[in-house]
Amino acid sequence: MNTPGTALFCARLLRRQLVLAARRPVDIGNPLLFFAMVVALFPLGLGPAPDTLADFAPGILWIVALLSNLLTSDGVFRSDFDDGSLEQLLLSPQPLYLSVLAYVCAHWLVTGLLLALVSPVFALMLNLPATGIVALFFSLLLGTAVLSLVGGIGAALTVGLRRGGMLISLLILPLYMPVLIFGSAAVKAAVSGSPAAPYLAILGAMLSLAVALAPIATAAGLRISVDA
Amino acid sequence: MAEDLSLERGGRQLFTGLSFAVRPQQVILVEGANGAGKTSLIRILAGLSRYGFEGRVARHGPMLYLGHHSAVKALLTPRENLAWHVSGESQYTDDEIEAALSRVGLHGYEDVLSHTLSAGQHRRVNLARLYLSRSPLWLLDEPFTAIDVSGVAELQSLFAAHVKQGGAVVLTSHQALNIDHQVSRLDLSAGVLP
Amino acid sequence: MWTFFHKLGSPPWLYGISGTILRYLVPLTLIGLAVGVTWGLLFTAPDFRQGNSYRIIYIHVPAAVVALAGYYVMATAGAVSLIWKMKMADIAMKACAPIGAALTFVALVTGAVWGKPTWGTWWVWDARITSMLILLFLYLGVIALYEAYDNKEAAAKACAVLSLVGTVNIPIIYKSVDWWYSLHQPASIKFTGESTIHASMLYPLLLMIISFYALFTCALLMNMRGEMLARERRTKWVRKLAEDKAR
Repeated sequence: MNTPGTALFCARLLRRQLVLAARRPVDIGNPLLFFAMVVALFPLGLGPAPDTLADFAPGILWIVALLSNLLTSDGVFRSDFDDGSLEQLLLSPQPLYLSVLAYVCAHWLVTGLLLALVSPVFALMLNLPATGIVALFFSLLLGTAVLSLVGGIGAALTVGLRRGGMLISLLILPLYMPVLIFGSAAVKAAVSGSPAAPYLAILGAMLSLAVALAPIATAAGLRISVDA
Repeated sequence: MAEDLSLERGGRQLFTGLSFAVRPQQVILVEGANGAGKTSLIRILAGLSRYGFEGRVARHGPMLYLGHHSAVKALLTPRENLAWHVSGESQYTDDEIEAALSRVGLHGYEDVLSHTLSAGQHRRVNLARLYLSRSPLWLLDEPFTAIDVSGVAELQSLFAAHVKQGGAVVLTSHQALNIDHQVSRLDLSAGVLP
Repeated sequence: MWTFFHKLGSPPWLYGISGTILRYLVPLTLIGLAVGVTWGLLFTAPDFRQGNSYRIIYIHVPAAVVALAGYYVMATAGAVSLIWKMKMADIAMKACAPIGAALTFVALVTGAVWGKPTWGTWWVWDARITSMLILLFLYLGVIALYEAYDNKEAAAKACAVLSLVGTVNIPIIYKSVDWWYSLHQPASIKFTGESTIHASMLYPLLLMIISFYALFTCALLMNMRGEMLARERRTKWVRKLAEDKAR
């Protein structure tokens, strides 16, 4: 039997996920809308003074990005688990590690990447100085990829549970903290005029580690969830 | 091949000391009342359940497992669904996929989104995999659910053809089988193959 | 070596041996704690800067040290459970989580009590306190995940994966928080470095740390024995045990 190449299979999985997302565009728009709304809450809570907002902008933007990533992570495997597609994926002769990467990659493309692309608009609304915007974009680009990978672990461990939504936050928020620290630090550094590159390098290092290890845990979690 | 399987669920012993082998040209019908562990047994054989049971399962060669769920995505067309499901195993041309879909009576529905189809048609999309499968062993959990009478007859003749070519089928069903082949029965309350 | 390993996997053997260990370890632990507390609270000189309030380190430091070690014990048990599918490792892992969470909580509360006279505030977002808080979150996450599963076997495996993920993350979290704190640290808060501690203060502290390890072991074994009996309640050896007790 000629099993098709793994690269081809993963490309197909990625395309399938993107097609599914594209056929329900609301699911792509929702996290962005969430991002916009929560950003709008901060001036209401903190007051509209431009200086205060500019001070807090790196932290606000990063926390909101983290939350919208968290909320979408829950659904990465859910529909495939519910309709039995996940069982079939586990039984297929393809390596689960790479299939998981394809899932996570699709998730990042429709959430993290889009968030990074629209983030300059919200940065301007919060009065973030222009020097910080480039750093914000690149830190979100790298950081949300780490968040998607780590979120995948939480999603895999909770996909079989009825009340997964709240639980996944409890499991993976502590793991998100290093990304938050370095992501917002990169923006703050850029705003204060020092180079953001070292922080981006650390985010890159976290990304490499997460790419190497997170799919292993996610794959193990999926096997356990399908088993239960 | 299964050896000395026993399964306990919620403090109740479902079966114990269950040993049997599935050989080519065999149809095995797993029987038992609701909650006897039929689905659990099929999932253990498929390798989806790895914890919570005692014993050993050895698999030789590829197998095809179709479970309770139809594994059909509502936002994909039957053609896309089927193409995706078989893509992990082997390369198929568009014609082969189209032929399989028309074998299960979905000719004309290949390119509509699946959420417009009925539950039985979802099931058929999934069962179309049987027509493409080159795996010798089929593990089927309630394959006739939501399938009409003529569909059931067709599936049964497909099973007969499969085992005559040297394949094997293990299935659970609440319907009486009417297959042109000898059917071994595995009653889970008895625990041994007659 | 392997026979020992197999014995570890057998509940009746482990139940028996842990009973014997506990018979000696529990009194030893109690003596150690009593001596350590008396020594630390009554027979050491007050700190020249903090006065008597520093004495809370005799609870705070051991609790923090053992809480962190407990996470690694839990993760190791999780790894054993995933690799060798040993049921006793599941039980050990499940038993670790509440004990570790309790110790972390004790460390946080004693830290706050210590912070009030030392820094004039109950809570400071200091690197170590923040790390301990995150450790508490990690423990509670494991407990919440375990409770969420109906199938306890799968629950144990899921928690094993989560605790292993946590193990990889703890150094990263700790380092990030440390670095984050050094970036934001206001100069007014100073730490009493452990390295400057005087020997007369150190010995009771060491005794307390050892006693806390023993306490952790006792609690772990007791918790495991209860869980073992509950899981194996239909087996012959548990029935026999119950009959012997009833006689």
